[in-house]
Amino acid sequence: VIAHTWDRWRTRLGVALLAVFAGVALLAPVVAPNDPNTQFQDKAYAPPMRVRLSDGAGFHAPFVNPQVLEDRLARRYRDDETARLTLKWFSGGKIASLGADQGPLLLLGADPLGRDLFARLVHGARLSFALAALGVMGALILGAVIGGFAGSSGGAAESGLMLITDFFLVLPGAYLVLVLRGALPLVLSTTQVFFLMAIFFSIAAWPHAARGVRAIVATERQREYAMAARAAGAGPLRLMRHLLPAARGFLTVEVLLLIPALLVAEATVSYLGLGFPVPTASLGTMLQDAAKVSLMREAPWLLAPAATLFAVVLAVQLVVWTSAPATDLFVGRRRTP
Amino acid sequence: VNASLAAFIGRRVAAALLFVALVSSAAFVLVRIAPGDATTDLHLTRGGAAAAEEARARLGLDRPLLTHLGSWVTGLLTFDLGQSTVYGRPVADLVKERAGATAALASLALLLAAAIGLPLGVLTASRPWVAAAVAPISIALVACPPIIAVLVLLLVAVSTGWLSIAQGSYAVPTLALALPIAAMLERLHSQAMSEMLSSPDLLAAAARGVPRGRLLWVHAARQALRPVLGIAGAVVGALFSGSLAVEMMTSWPGLGRLLFDAVAGRDLFLAAGCALVGAMFVALANLLADVARAVIDPRVRESA
Repeated sequence: VIAHTWDRWRTRLGVALLAVFAGVALLAPVVAPNDPNTQFQDKAYAPPMRVRLSDGAGFHAPFVNPQVLEDRLARRYRDDETARLTLKWFSGGKIASLGADQGPLLLLGADPLGRDLFARLVHGARLSFALAALGVMGALILGAVIGGFAGSSGGAAESGLMLITDFFLVLPGAYLVLVLRGALPLVLSTTQVFFLMAIFFSIAAWPHAARGVRAIVATERQREYAMAARAAGAGPLRLMRHLLPAARGFLTVEVLLLIPALLVAEATVSYLGLGFPVPTASLGTMLQDAAKVSLMREAPWLLAPAATLFAVVLAVQLVVWTSAPATDLFVGRRRTP
Repeated sequence: VNASLAAFIGRRVAAALLFVALVSSAAFVLVRIAPGDATTDLHLTRGGAAAAEEARARLGLDRPLLTHLGSWVTGLLTFDLGQSTVYGRPVADLVKERAGATAALASLALLLAAAIGLPLGVLTASRPWVAAAVAPISIALVACPPIIAVLVLLLVAVSTGWLSIAQGSYAVPTLALALPIAAMLERLHSQAMSEMLSSPDLLAAAARGVPRGRLLWVHAARQALRPVLGIAGAVVGALFSGSLAVEMMTSWPGLGRLLFDAVAGRDLFLAAGCALVGAMFVALANLLADVARAVIDPRVRESA
């Protein structure tokens, strides 16, 4: 019973987390207090500001202390405890921000160029999520059509299509995307990269979906309604339209499994500098700063995109995780065979 | 070796060779038709157009695509993979060095992942308290692909000094690659095990008086390997894709980084050489997994 309750709450927690991530990403321009590409003067490597309620003497509306640059070379900042900057809510189209003359609100600190890391993270996550979503959609459509056609036609078409599927299935995704990317000009605009990468990700990710759909549809083809349709003269395409809905459940789970894979793919390709161009923020381009070992100790907040990626994949895992049934002759609770 | 197993292996070897041939020529064609080539930079800097034309002729880039591909394939027969323009060295030498580095990293990671993941899978399937203790770790690790794992490990290394981050140290790259795969193997083996444990033949073996440990670690664990070997292709893919990220982040001189250099530098022969060796690795790993599956399960030999 305990395990059962935990299972239910685990799934709910995962769904809730995913909903929060999706919401924040959708509302990026409202959630981010600053523009993601503005370089604030004297803010390079500024640490995250703490939102406080108490200054020791008493409680106040949520506020932050202004940051004072103590040493430009050592990039040392100090919180000015004597002054309070009260957060402004829902002003200027932002959920929370600071007044125009109070400098930027840096919830996650600033990157090496003095840009608001939180704003970049939120906007970058939006771009990465959108790309992953588009890639998943493409992969599932390709997979459903190819797998569905193979499963409902059978015979030589089926084995031929499955041979092609297996060929693509064993190609390591990152290598495949890298070589495909190599066939294009090195410098592309953000929009071009977005759609081209969505196509590459679809090409890299469809075989898994196609295999699953093929298996389901091929089983379904043996059922009576499918035989009736065939007897009535339905060709493979028409038959596929009747059989594909059987794979709906599988495809739903496949969405959840592919999203993390494609987020990681974007992160890898953009980290390598073959994805989104400078200065576009995405989870991958932000990893370029995060991966600098020399910065890890003095500016650990630069690892925020890695933490975000981890949190998203974790949320998906919480949803799709299945506890192995613990009812067998080894666990005591008997199940009669 | 009986006849059906031999025939199965024969078919698989033929398929693997075809796979390698297709992948490497596809990579060659893709990089060749890409806009810009190794001489594009030459145009802008020294020499100008005349030098670029001369270099194109030397590299064979002015020849028709199919002739060019044909001469590359004939070169293969004598292990001549052409000359790298980025490194100015024969591709065969480069690929040999780098492939060794990736193979060492990937096989060590795979061994480590199997040594951790498979026995843990047996334990989590048979002991609820182990399952409860391992589940959160396993969830977290599955959610930690190599590109993230390597950052976490680097952070640990930098802040505690427990791991060496010196160039060439195996600790960070191997662990980053192995841990997510270990969690994946644990999950899969655990599920297969718990299915095995409730199957009638295990109950029958228990009734015959086979000791509990032997039932668990020999009878069930061996049969539960079948579904694990079934996703060998995915594991190999994860190893390679992961090792690309790990190699870039830890400056590991492997095949992934070489391919990156080739693609970024429009180095035609180098890219094709990397694809060739990468495809050979993938094909070989899948071949071994297929043969292992066919040895464990005779039914596999008849299909495909």
